[in-house]
Amino acid sequence: MSKLGLLWANLFRRRTRTLLTLLSLLVAMLLFILLRTISLVFTDGSGFSPASVDRLVVAAKYSIIDSLPISALQQIQAVEGVDAVTHAEWFGGVYQDGADFFPKFPVDPKAYFDLHPEFHIDPEQLQAFINTRSGAVAPKDMAEKYGWRIGDKIPIQGDIWGKRDGSRNWEFDLVGLYTGVDEDRSPGVLLLHYDYFDEAREYDSGTTGWFIVRLADGERAAEVANRIDQLFANSSDPTRTSTEAEQQRQFMQQIGDIELMMSGILGAVFFTILLLTGNTMAQSLRERVPELAVLKAVGFGDAAVAALVLGEAVLLCLLGGVLGAALALLVALVIGPGMEQAIGVFEVRATTVAAALGLSAALGLAVGAFPAFRARRLSIIEALRAV
Amino acid sequence: MALVRCQDLQKSFVKGRETVEVLDGINLEIQQGDFLALMGPSGSGKTTLLNLIGGLDHPSAGAVEVGGVPLNEMSARQLAKWRAENIGFVFQFYNLLPVLSAQRNVELPLLLTPLSSRQRKANAATALKIVGLEDRAKHKPGELSGGQQQRVAIARAIVADPTLLVCDEPTGDLDRETADEILSLLEVLNQEHGKTIIMVTHDPKAAERAAQVLRMDKGRLAQEAA
Repeated sequence: MSKLGLLWANLFRRRTRTLLTLLSLLVAMLLFILLRTISLVFTDGSGFSPASVDRLVVAAKYSIIDSLPISALQQIQAVEGVDAVTHAEWFGGVYQDGADFFPKFPVDPKAYFDLHPEFHIDPEQLQAFINTRSGAVAPKDMAEKYGWRIGDKIPIQGDIWGKRDGSRNWEFDLVGLYTGVDEDRSPGVLLLHYDYFDEAREYDSGTTGWFIVRLADGERAAEVANRIDQLFANSSDPTRTSTEAEQQRQFMQQIGDIELMMSGILGAVFFTILLLTGNTMAQSLRERVPELAVLKAVGFGDAAVAALVLGEAVLLCLLGGVLGAALALLVALVIGPGMEQAIGVFEVRATTVAAALGLSAALGLAVGAFPAFRARRLSIIEALRAV
Repeated sequence: MALVRCQDLQKSFVKGRETVEVLDGINLEIQQGDFLALMGPSGSGKTTLLNLIGGLDHPSAGAVEVGGVPLNEMSARQLAKWRAENIGFVFQFYNLLPVLSAQRNVELPLLLTPLSSRQRKANAATALKIVGLEDRAKHKPGELSGGQQQRVAIARAIVADPTLLVCDEPTGDLDRETADEILSLLEVLNQEHGKTIIMVTHDPKAAERAAQVLRMDKGRLAQEAA
């Protein structure tokens, strides 16, 4: 038997209690890892399409829900340092019962694919998209998920955009499938033909949601962005130009301060766990006062006994952390594809797992500190007298 | 030469506003190889004296030496190390760790030594053999009788080969027959293994098995031949 063996044996003295505590730690760590993974997507803008260093996004200055006139495209195109420009709009809309949301962007088919070389589409299908005003192209994995085939009609119920005829029933012809830069990462967006959308929509014709700018020189991004914003500074539609990554991050944050929400949830979870585990450790110490006195009597010093108690708390919490991390990785494998449809990317990072384990160890130190302090100060005589 | 020497040993406790004198100037010498029984009414200071000799507590005044080492001058840390090397404790209620097997309970004091895992295991097995429990090594305390648990506690006390065994009411929780077996075992340890034993007891029959009996009353000693 080693000192670690002694720790392990003490940990499972009350098996049910330890297992229940482990279970709560496991759930807390599982939540931490999954929520942190989601939160990172929202805070660093890594979701949806991969951000390019030579692309800028020009959106309305005050809110991304404000539109910009499509005529601005020509003006942006003329700005020095701009190589090419296209545009996209947020369509919203509900497919079927709306249980699975996926983004839909009305775009200029040719220009959009021209500015996004990371998206791959069969040239014939791209041509069909250009030629078919009611056309749409879907990511390959999205089509597989919903069982779409080329030639199918995809009905979408408009929520933001109604039609001029008063209805909200949009119908698009699936004319092609496209993929992202790698197979693990779905582009996640159903692309619609802008011309059809613009003609048929109830209001705001001649506008778009944002422009996408390809730079002639990626290192001049700040300078060009500044030039574009100055161009529209005194117009009725002032702009805010930023890199694609920054724009995606801002867009995600429109949903709400995800990080604050996640922090709130996790704070509540960990506060509860702190109390629960702390109570378990305190109870465990109370039950073992005579045993700790005996350890001291046979020669374990005050510090050694305190270290045993502290080590037990850290071991318990680390064990919960390791199990929680293992379960989180398994859960991520299962729910990953679904999450990627919703937020673009869902990948548990090594740093998140390391943070969870670090948090587990810190939790162990926090809940073990007071019992360890009491164990250190324990008087052998008084403890043995209490037997 | 005396193994244990107490000189004008005093111990007092503060209870509220009152100071209680538990030991009042004890002078005592115990020779190496002695088997000494300490008797006396409750509150006479037997266990307190035992605790001071075992290095579990510090005296309020006076000196206590074991093997020439002045315990009253040692820090708590030094005392812990000294206890691990020199003293074996046997308690009334055995105080075994319920989550460990008999073998592992016996191994506990050896965790503080530089012995290898294999050597610790071998020493624990030897100690269990001495107390006649080699076939119960894998059993946990809850699976053993009171007498067997006390034997395991004795094995734990002797596994590090200490000079002195201090036993506080080692038969206090056992029936007569089992108590006799434990006392016989202590006799063997004293006579065949040369252990010096100091035993606190209320039981006159247990005291009869010791080579010398000391009576205490109100914190003072009155010696009597066994």
